Amino acid sequence: MEVGQLQRSFIEYMGSLFNEGFLDAQFSQLQQLQDESNPDFVVEVVSLFFEDSERLLNDLTMALDQPNVDFKLVDAHVHQLKGSSSSIGAQRVKNCCVPFRNVCEEQNTEACLRCLQQIKQEYLLVKNKLQTLFELEQQIVAAGGAIPMMQ
Amino acid sequence: MNLGVGSVVKNMSGARCSVSWKSNDNNQFPAGLRVLVVDDDPTCLRILEKMLWNCHYEVTKSNRAESALSLLRENRNGFDIVISDVHMPDMDGFKLLEHVGLEMDLPVIMMSADDSKDVVMKGVTHGACDYLIKPVRIEALKNIWQHVIRKKKHEWKDKDFDQSATAEAGDRQQKPPEDVDYSSSANEGGNWKSSKRRKEEEDETEERDDSSSLKKPRVVWSVELHQQFVQAVNQLGIDKAVPKKILELMNVPGLTRENVASHLQKYRLYLRRLSGVSQHPNGLNNSFMGHPEATYGMSSFNGLELQALAATGQLPAQSLATLQAAALGRSATKAAISMPLVDQRNLFSFENPKLRFPEGQQQLNNSNKQINLLHGIPTTMEPKQLADLHQSSHSPSFVAMNMQGNSRVQQNNTLLMHMSQQQQQQPSRAQMLNETNNGSQVSRPPLSMSQQPLSSNGIPGAVLSRSGGIVANVRGPVYSPVSQASPMVDFSLNQNTELQNNSFPLVSSDSGMSTMTSKRMLQEEVNSDIRRSRGFPSDYNMFDELHPQKSQDWGLSSVGSTFNASHHSTIPGTLDISPSMLVQQGISSMKRNGQNGISPISNAFSSREESGNVNPMGGNLLTVKAEQLPDASYQSSFFPDQFGQDDLMSALLKQQESVGPVETEFGFDGYALDNLPV
Repeated sequence: MEVGQLQRSFIEYMGSLFNEGFLDAQFSQLQQLQDESNPDFVVEVVSLFFEDSERLLNDLTMALDQPNVDFKLVDAHVHQLKGSSSSIGAQRVKNCCVPFRNVCEEQNTEACLRCLQQIKQEYLLVKNKLQTLFELEQQIVAAGGAIPMMQ
Repeated sequence: MNLGVGSVVKNMSGARCSVSWKSNDNNQFPAGLRVLVVDDDPTCLRILEKMLWNCHYEVTKSNRAESALSLLRENRNGFDIVISDVHMPDMDGFKLLEHVGLEMDLPVIMMSADDSKDVVMKGVTHGACDYLIKPVRIEALKNIWQHVIRKKKHEWKDKDFDQSATAEAGDRQQKPPEDVDYSSSANEGGNWKSSKRRKEEEDETEERDDSSSLKKPRVVWSVELHQQFVQAVNQLGIDKAVPKKILELMNVPGLTRENVASHLQKYRLYLRRLSGVSQHPNGLNNSFMGHPEATYGMSSFNGLELQALAATGQLPAQSLATLQAAALGRSATKAAISMPLVDQRNLFSFENPKLRFPEGQQQLNNSNKQINLLHGIPTTMEPKQLADLHQSSHSPSFVAMNMQGNSRVQQNNTLLMHMSQQQQQQPSRAQMLNETNNGSQVSRPPLSMSQQPLSSNGIPGAVLSRSGGIVANVRGPVYSPVSQASPMVDFSLNQNTELQNNSFPLVSSDSGMSTMTSKRMLQEEVNSDIRRSRGFPSDYNMFDELHPQKSQDWGLSSVGSTFNASHHSTIPGTLDISPSMLVQQGISSMKRNGQNGISPISNAFSSREESGNVNPMGGNLLTVKAEQLPDASYQSSFFPDQFGQDDLMSALLKQQESVGPVETEFGFDGYALDNLPV
């Protein structure tokens, strides 16, 4: 594909991510932080997010799998997940965390499990989308083009 | 990345610049701010790091609170501000916040994805200077430098009085003597006053800049030190834990009372938080302050003693002044209570912990500036005059006067209190004036305040002492201040003893000076605390070592200004002129210029006026003085040789006549400089 086309696809895709609520303004902040000294900043941070989130989701699964669920621990994990997802702008993931914390307070294991399921889905979705976005970027760069800056 | 920052290397791996941030990057402010960010979330940590980097700050990141604390402890002055997450696995963010506050006294910003009110409130009560909600935007981080400045400013405010005072004193000394022609009328004094005020303001600014770049060394409250501190506090009982006693119990060399005092304040805050008591700055201050008047009195008294000491050249005027200034400043800034209440009982009784004083001490230690020795001495005092004053052989007289004044501590205190207080004291001042008037006779306690027998000399010390202990009781025999220095210093440091005792320290120093006579006299009245005053030689010595003695820097004016500033947080140069101080100035200047002695006093008052508290007090001072120095003989005894006592006396008497009683805050208002016969 030629560069222009790639770039247009990129822009379009990016826009859809924002429109569909996968990403929010915080992601734009990350993009703005990226500069010549840190050209891979966004990828770097998002990768950190993936690692951290998967770890947290595993911990959550384990915690909710216990006979005696430690809801404080669950809540702490969810809180952290909320923080990191909001920091990179993974809006839908963040939005799942709020009801998750509520049911934690209620100490409702069933509801927690449902929330966990939902959050996992959202996480996988946004991970997929971001990876697609990064691939598009790489293609543009490989084709010799510049990655369009989204406003 | 070219950050455009000169000397600061943006080192993401955490380069620590030991130089003060501000001095390092004055031109690129606030670039170079050294931030420590703590968050267990690696995503957030990385993002914050990048954001702070983009703000041109020097970032160090840590994902563990414990390691962050060690980092802070190892690099005491290596960071300007800390940003910490609330929820962390190894340590609660608030706990870290308290540690940082207690040990390093750095501004801490809390952040969390949790925006619930109680968590934010917790941040407030724990002393966080800000609370950021995640996700943190770079705009929020751009302005965090304000917290550093604010905190520094707050520290400066407390310490700035002595700094400005010292600066002023220094400036005054260097100031050409042309405007010290006090033979002119009040106009001159007024001019001098305004120029003084400008100078003071400039000095203040300069002081601030210097201090910011100097970056006073922070006391490192290590865990062990803090343990010692807590032990001492528990031993004394939290209510009775006064910095001085804590300091003694801790017995840590190099630790100043001020260090202990400020740490104590934080500790009390911490305890209150623990107990869930809402933080009341005033309340805390109150508990700290104990007796504001005592503090105040102490300051004034100290100024007096310091003056004497300075006169003797043994006490680094600056140190004392700073100390006092600090003490006063602290009092003033800490709470309204710092304003001395008219405490007829004992101006100088320091039953309560004198928080100020330790602070003053610290400032004393830290400040390299010239310290205004004499609190309450009109800042307008020309350095030259001060020098003269200092140099005059009559300094001892002053000291002696001080000594005597001490005996009259109460009265002096009253007077001083009146003088220093900005508000209310009108009646007291009037009273004081009246007393002064009554005291015109040598034989009688000139200041009506002192009932104690005076030595035959009837040194104007009575006047001085009235002024609040700054000037020794004139009545007393002339004492060579020299030996007094240390006791006086001690006294200043000594928060506990009644002020009366303070004066005695001089006496007790056994300098063999004529003070001894006053000592006898004083001893009649005072009990005891002379011993106590002796007890502070260590303090004094400490200061002595810290500050080269500048006997010439008997910054009466600076002291006054310091004093004033501390009280009123007004123009630094202004001061709660203690009449005695002014008198002394007048006396010294008189000595120098013959008739000009009055002028400085007027000026001193003028400066006071500037602060809004006092009007040209010159007249007042003189009036007081005149009243207090009823007899020429009185004076002569006070200024045996060098002072034209007759001149002084006549000047004073003239002043007395010309000055009408004025009801003002200080009871001195309404005295116009024009009235000054000089």
